[in-house]
Amino acid sequence: MTKNQKLIYLDHAATTPLASEVLDAMLPFFREEFGNPGSIHAKGQSAKNALEKARQSIAEILNCEAEEIIFTSGGSESDNLALRGILKKGDHLIISEIEHHAILHTAEILEKNGIELTKIPVEKNGILKIEKIEKAIRKNTKLISVMLANNEIGTLQPIREIGKFLQKNHPEIIFHSDAVQGGGILDLNVKHLKVNLLSLSAHKFYGPKGVGILFKKKGVKLNPQISGGNQERGLRASTENVAGIIGCVKALKLAEKSRDEEFTRLTKLRNYFVEKVLTEIPRSRLNGNAEKRLPGNANFSFFGIEGESILLRLDFEGICASSGSACTSGSLDPSHVLKALKIPHEWLHGSIRFTLGKSTTKKDLDFVVVKLKKIVQDLRKISPLV
Amino acid sequence: MNNWPYSGTVKDHFFHPRNFLQGDESDFAADGVGEVGSPACGDVMKMWIKVRDGKIIDLKWKTFGCASAIGSTSMLSEMVLKNGGMKIETALKITPADILKKLGGLPQNKIHCSVLGDKALRAAVENYLEKKGEPKKKPSKIICECLGVSERELDLSVAAGERTFAEFQRKTKAGTGCEKCVAKINKLLAKKIDKYSDKACCSFCKKDCLGKTSRTND
Repeated sequence: MTKNQKLIYLDHAATTPLASEVLDAMLPFFREEFGNPGSIHAKGQSAKNALEKARQSIAEILNCEAEEIIFTSGGSESDNLALRGILKKGDHLIISEIEHHAILHTAEILEKNGIELTKIPVEKNGILKIEKIEKAIRKNTKLISVMLANNEIGTLQPIREIGKFLQKNHPEIIFHSDAVQGGGILDLNVKHLKVNLLSLSAHKFYGPKGVGILFKKKGVKLNPQISGGNQERGLRASTENVAGIIGCVKALKLAEKSRDEEFTRLTKLRNYFVEKVLTEIPRSRLNGNAEKRLPGNANFSFFGIEGESILLRLDFEGICASSGSACTSGSLDPSHVLKALKIPHEWLHGSIRFTLGKSTTKKDLDFVVVKLKKIVQDLRKISPLV
Repeated sequence: MNNWPYSGTVKDHFFHPRNFLQGDESDFAADGVGEVGSPACGDVMKMWIKVRDGKIIDLKWKTFGCASAIGSTSMLSEMVLKNGGMKIETALKITPADILKKLGGLPQNKIHCSVLGDKALRAAVENYLEKKGEPKKKPSKIICECLGVSERELDLSVAAGERTFAEFQRKTKAGTGCEKCVAKINKLLAKKIDKYSDKACCSFCKKDCLGKTSRTND
């Protein structure tokens, strides 16, 4: 992008800007309230009080008890702790094939170390069929992990239904959901979701980076993965990131306050955007189910052109988006999520994800459609496939 | 713009690609056409050339590829067409490294995308020679379709003392596309190493000497 250009940020699934109220809430904990919650003196106790109040607030939003909340360094750590903390050699783990890499890669590493792993394929609409999970359950199935909403295509998975089924038929199986993409925009009530473990990350809901949450239902036995202190009831050593945690709580509280309105507003905006792109740009498609998806997510494919080229041209116009194409992944492999949808190669590599957020307006999206249309046209001119 | 992942030259060629084919293919009336890559790998490069008196006087291309592929092929086309065109033999001597240098470098993970233009040019020249009925060198079997790497390159690698796929890949980028060829190349590599090891490589040994002693002075 060039100087003085307005920036249109449509990558809220990657990260969100810190809300200014959140920064205000955090600042005192970098300054006067610097105490270590583990210290017995006044400074320490003051920090400890703030920390426990924060824990209580999260518990209220998740409809659980304060001691069921573990603060971590982020979504990836929460996912790692859930899998590594539960599974032992010989246990069976079931995950969906479109999980975030924090689950997918961790599961694959565990498999090499003697865990049995089943990856459940999703349908072409990016949603998992619960029957496939039922069929995959074995005698030694210890843990099932399915994300609440997918990070790339935004599709919502039937967590409540899976949870209900497990509670009724397999109460011995532990059910984890990576809810990182749903934080602040979907219902996180763990009684509704019927999960035993749930991961969240603060920077996805206008909180700070470096703070995550793992909800762990009472009675679920978890082996700590970081040792060296008694913090988080012995489940995660390390001096608590008090300022970050305060910010995380403030951000989630703020998001919860306007969650329903924001959900409706974003859904409307997104639907408007999707329809406009699909009508104005020939040979374009929306990836993933059109309705059962995160309100801010629009993931498109454009035939015959490559995602990185589209992204760079968009960036030049001041538009921030993201792509699942091989050339942007750094690994030369296209996204496992898009591959799971069985999208033909000529489409697969031309995928672009736009994720809308608090600051997104209709005017922004109109501008994006104009630019996107021109970019797709230009790139198709030099494509041998079109 | 400071936050750009590529050099200024790459950016210029990406936003203003030179010599790509506009309009209909048949209007260009090419003397040779080459196409490499496949949609599965996420890269397709097609190139058309016109040849007069052994000189490439015109060249056009099209790509289904990323900024690296676009930038490097655009640069290659300029290099070939400079001063009225390059002799075929000279053009074939252009290496991906030469293009990289002109571009002011590329990020490490994007280098594999930049070799496509070069491979497509070779394919176009071969096609031209074939059409002309000129005796051309028997082409070596391609073992990596995406990057157009030939078996001969593997032979050369083994002959140079390289014994691992990683070494071969570092040099040729083979197997960095769709990766379907990796297992096959590994097998072939094992065979070739075996074959190589059968011959005494120095005056002291018959087998298993390779890798243990330096062969360079033998």
